[in-house]
Amino acid sequence: MIPRPLTITGGLLVLPTGAPQPGNLRCEGGRIVALGDVAPNDGDEVVDARGALVAPGLVDLGVFAVDKPAFHFGGITRAALMPDQGPPLDHPARVRFAAQSGKPDMWVHPLAAATRGLEGRELAELALMRDAGARAVATGRRWIGDSGVMMRLLSYCAMLGMVVVTHAEDAGIVGSAVATAGEMATRLGLPSAPAEAEALAVARDIALAEITGARLHFRQVTTARALDLVRAAKARGVKVTAGVTPAHFMLSDLELANFRTFCRMSPPLRHDADRKAVIAAIADGTIDVIASGHDPRGPEDKRLPFADAEPGMAGAETLLPLTLTLVRDGAIDLARAFALLAGNPAALLGVAAGKLETGAEADIALVDPDRPWVVNSDKMAAAAGNTPFDRRPVQGRVTALFKGGTRID
Amino acid sequence: MSLRLQYPEGGLAFPHRDLTGIGRLARHEILYLLDEAEQWVELNRQPNKRAEVLSGLTIINAFFENSTRTLLSFEIAGKRLGADVVNMHAATSSVKKGETLIDTAMTLNAMRADAIVIRHGSSGAVRLIAEKVDCPVLNAGDGQHEHPTQALLDALTIRHALKLAPGSDLNGLKVTICGDILHSRVARSNILSLTALGAEIRVCAPPALMPAEIEAMGVQPFHDFDAALKGANIVMMLRLQQERMEGQFIPSPREYRHLYGLTLDRLAKAEPDAFVMHPGPMNRGIEIDSQVADHPTRSLITGQVERGVAIRMACLDVLTRRARQVPGWDALAKGGAA
Repeated sequence: MIPRPLTITGGLLVLPTGAPQPGNLRCEGGRIVALGDVAPNDGDEVVDARGALVAPGLVDLGVFAVDKPAFHFGGITRAALMPDQGPPLDHPARVRFAAQSGKPDMWVHPLAAATRGLEGRELAELALMRDAGARAVATGRRWIGDSGVMMRLLSYCAMLGMVVVTHAEDAGIVGSAVATAGEMATRLGLPSAPAEAEALAVARDIALAEITGARLHFRQVTTARALDLVRAAKARGVKVTAGVTPAHFMLSDLELANFRTFCRMSPPLRHDADRKAVIAAIADGTIDVIASGHDPRGPEDKRLPFADAEPGMAGAETLLPLTLTLVRDGAIDLARAFALLAGNPAALLGVAAGKLETGAEADIALVDPDRPWVVNSDKMAAAAGNTPFDRRPVQGRVTALFKGGTRID
Repeated sequence: MSLRLQYPEGGLAFPHRDLTGIGRLARHEILYLLDEAEQWVELNRQPNKRAEVLSGLTIINAFFENSTRTLLSFEIAGKRLGADVVNMHAATSSVKKGETLIDTAMTLNAMRADAIVIRHGSSGAVRLIAEKVDCPVLNAGDGQHEHPTQALLDALTIRHALKLAPGSDLNGLKVTICGDILHSRVARSNILSLTALGAEIRVCAPPALMPAEIEAMGVQPFHDFDAALKGANIVMMLRLQQERMEGQFIPSPREYRHLYGLTLDRLAKAEPDAFVMHPGPMNRGIEIDSQVADHPTRSLITGQVERGVAIRMACLDVLTRRARQVPGWDALAKGGAA
């Protein structure tokens, strides 16, 4: 079905650069056809934005579940699905199925499992999965410990033109750790690993990316040292990008007091100095992507002793408001916020979306950036309410969402 | 010396519902439990060791991790106070069948226990259960977090060895704790309790067994055992798990003994009258030599076991006073639920 042409009037357009501009936006055939001083055609569906931000729909790079109510609440029109599913996305048929799983009202972009069973040993059928709809390759929740495997993976993906999304924690150092080594972990008696486990993994993978010429994306970089390595690699021209989730720029390991399992993350929450380094790296461009890492987990996974609980948080609903705190604090401007949330991840996935420009797919969110609300883990749209931000007042709410120029209810 | 008056009246002396860790106790609350235990030390030395304080109460010892001595100690403590004591071993329970910890806790709660004593292999597990049940919960060891009754019995043993009166703290005492500090809940609880009582703590371990930023807990870390012993009044040895001595953390038991074994020669580097402690069970000939462990005047190890029963009697008595409606203990002080 071809949607009726759509014109959104009376909004503030969030363009790739600069401050939001008053203007209209017209879509036809599912794509943006005109921006700015454009009038609706006869027969267009006209939506009055009433002064709201007209922004690209969020492109969430790295979620663990397809959780449409949460994505819609959070203004997410595209989600890159991690291969850590049961069974893993290591087979073309599964990738093809996952790629269809968002229809009709959102895009799911599967990330192909880098290795069979995500075991980190044998390469999976990456070209077949690419042609079945995988937008990139991911190592999953884990780091590939064998450097030889990682090098062969990167060189193969360089040939296929696929970005490799990797988890950066040296597995040998991390072992069964559930916290960052330091006073908090020591007081609580939690198995912990030094924060440098991340820098070690990042250093190796940057070196391998440099050798192979592959495009490498660290899904989460959360420590000052590792961010320094990414910054330096970018300066040398290595094709490396970095992401983070709001937990690591909002929270530190002090949150672990009382063994709060909703604060059990992978990588674990870091010290406050690292949290500040993440904000600095978002501001200076070292970090390219902010994603939700959406991983809804019910009581069976979370109502357990801390070390026995599964890591992860339901992050889709809070992704936008928590990122907007960085705008409010002056770390970044609004255009950059949406580059981090939509433009950059879309570019990494190679999809013509994530930006308000003519020709792009008309995935659009109307956003009231100031609307206050309180996160309530008991009343989340997500499949589970495992958020460390429970009871936190936030600002910023999506008021309407469009995919391919069609409104999503 | 009667120092009882220094404690707040009635239930305010110990305004906690549970005993999940020393970290939640104030100095005077630690001293209160030690002082309360004195009467039970006396009782336990009588031919008739029975008091009917907890008569009619049911205490469940839920041990999700193997234990012989701590379980026995809690069982004897409950029985000497007249309670009905039931032991639940994880090995023979539905825990092995995949029942979650919370379900187990709810089951115990529904059986209307008057106190639950829990040992579990995960840090924080006891707190988690305490939040879900209606009766007092006592931590008998949770993962690498805390083992509060061990720390209390150690403090009481030290106080007795030094012939200090009830109410006394351990101000200025130098205590060296040596062994697997990283994995030791005994070390953590003792650090919290002994520093609260004014002692100066050194911890000694090889780097792989030393927790990060342990200095933040107010202790001085050492890798060199001889240096750590200098000037020590108390030497507290920790058990090294066999599996940690086989290459993962330590190359071999004999190498561990070479660096950290407490021999008579090594003990001579501490103060001349220094006492030796060990929470047991000991690896004789590895972390501690038999000559030291069995030393008639310097070893406090059997004294620790003896006071363990008294301390657990005190904890069971104090924590059940509200349920028993002991005068002055009827209401939990505001903000005291812990």
